[in-house]
Amino acid sequence: MTAVPTARREALHFALRNGKLLAGLVVVGVFLIAAVAGPLIIDYGPNDYVGPAASPPSGEFWFGTTTFGQDVLAQFVYGLRATFLVGILGGGLAAVIGMVVGFTAGYRGGLVDEVLNMITNIVLVLPALVVLLIINAYLGVRSIGLQALFIGLTSWPWAARAIRAQTFSLRSRDFVDLARLSGVRTAKIIRREIAPNMSSYLFMTFILLFGGSVLIAASLDFIGLGPTEGVSLGLMLNNSARWSALQLGMWWWFIPPGAGITAIVGALYVMNVGLDEVFNPKLREM
Amino acid sequence: MRRYFGRKLLIYGLTFFVAVTINWSIPRFMPGDPVQSMLSRANISQPEAVEAMRVHYTNLFGLDLPLWKQYLNFWGALLKGDLGISIWLFPTPVTDVIVRAVPYTLALLIPAILLSWVAGNRFGAFAARRTWLDNTVLPVGYVLTATPYMWLAILLAWALGIVAGIFPVAGAYSFAMEPSWSPAFLASLAQHWFLPFASLFLVAFGGWAIGMRNMIIYELEADYVHYLEALGASRRLVRRYAFRNAILPQITGLALQLGVLVAGALVTEIVFSYPGLGHLILQAIQNQDFFLLQGTFLFVVIGVLIANFVIDIVYVLVDPRTRTGMGGAA
Repeated sequence: MTAVPTARREALHFALRNGKLLAGLVVVGVFLIAAVAGPLIIDYGPNDYVGPAASPPSGEFWFGTTTFGQDVLAQFVYGLRATFLVGILGGGLAAVIGMVVGFTAGYRGGLVDEVLNMITNIVLVLPALVVLLIINAYLGVRSIGLQALFIGLTSWPWAARAIRAQTFSLRSRDFVDLARLSGVRTAKIIRREIAPNMSSYLFMTFILLFGGSVLIAASLDFIGLGPTEGVSLGLMLNNSARWSALQLGMWWWFIPPGAGITAIVGALYVMNVGLDEVFNPKLREM
Repeated sequence: MRRYFGRKLLIYGLTFFVAVTINWSIPRFMPGDPVQSMLSRANISQPEAVEAMRVHYTNLFGLDLPLWKQYLNFWGALLKGDLGISIWLFPTPVTDVIVRAVPYTLALLIPAILLSWVAGNRFGAFAARRTWLDNTVLPVGYVLTATPYMWLAILLAWALGIVAGIFPVAGAYSFAMEPSWSPAFLASLAQHWFLPFASLFLVAFGGWAIGMRNMIIYELEADYVHYLEALGASRRLVRRYAFRNAILPQITGLALQLGVLVAGALVTEIVFSYPGLGHLILQAIQNQDFFLLQGTFLFVVIGVLIANFVIDIVYVLVDPRTRTGMGGAA
């Protein structure tokens, strides 16, 4: 029983001293707070016409207003919510599918592995965004949840492949054999013996899937296939491009949404490197 | 090796089959009568256009036929190169519209992919384990690779195009010119090409540099490196071996990233109104031109499959293990 807490304490020890991890956490945390608290503080909706049209940032409207007099800051904080939502739901779903497929294929092997591997490779080769374009254009996507669902369904393959490879290397270890000999069921072996041994890897996979979902959602929104209800950072970019913010020099309209996405996704990637260093002693800087 | 290519080709064949099936089935999942709703959504004033479309849709969907027959008919039309007629540019066939746009997309994508891959790998390998470079330049790499393609495109267009006025921000050549091989036209072409290329290049560059840096760090911990160091091999030599080993996952990574890169090119084209496939997709969506959208989808899928196959061949050329059938990361 003592082994687990010490291992955890050691990870925590290095985590608290890892600059990359902490910096990433701080950035993501700040945006998360803005996403949660922002809409509570601002007492009008993101699409309400509240101010003078096309005014640059000022004391009253920190991020300025759009061509129609909407508050860019209000859109930004509501858009952040959409970004986090799409990342958690889309990335989460992709992680779950990737784990189910990866564990099953890697642990079972044989024909099951062949079939799952074939499916994984097919979905992997299909360019996800273009498939999503077709789906969204025909079926129409109203909510962020639905958008996340489709993103999750198309972006799992690389995760499945990576998890399969990891499972493959774990399944012939002694402790797994022992569990199998004691008659533990397959699902339980995967849950209790294999998954915990790659939990850090799984978490990092989720982070990358989260970032990927956010970027794909932003592209879809920008092309004009975003959720028709609500706001998102991608939709802000779409609107600013559609109403010529570029030509009119309204930089305050198109800089915040892109900067928000870049900061969140970039911080997640940096966090990922930090986590890698925490869990993998070889990578720690001496 | 035959088995290796056989497997790959089987997967690509199946992928194409799945793509066509998606293309066929999604309109059928659409709620309501697809022909009617497309006709009303298309919102065309010319009566002959509406009639031609109705005939074409009905032929294509053949909704009174049994499903398997509809499906076979769809393949039949596809194999004849018939992707329908564009609504946006009525009455041009979709295939013609796409073939005209493809060169622009390729002219952006191929140089951007190859140059960013080569430069990113070299740079990443150079920065690995060199403390000051690692700590100052690599954060920039992370920011670049986290940047949405269209946002960097917008920033470049705004900063270098509109504020500084150095580069044009729309189209593939000056609207005042006719396409020709004159030097003035080629110069205009290059001028319009540069910004979209640069934004694609930069985002992709960040990703490759980081990937390579991480690979090299792993490689420098490998046994063969310690062995070489123990033998007293020079740092340069060790790094060269590490680079050659680290390049293999980066080739696989290129295959994995193709979809993302193509998506990046599509949105970048939209920002710059660059007349490639991305621009077509935007027009198709805005004009409810579903034939054009589906045709573009198929073209992109075919392009990605061909590129994947090329990468497979390169992998075999680079990695001797796959050639001799000893496995490797095939």
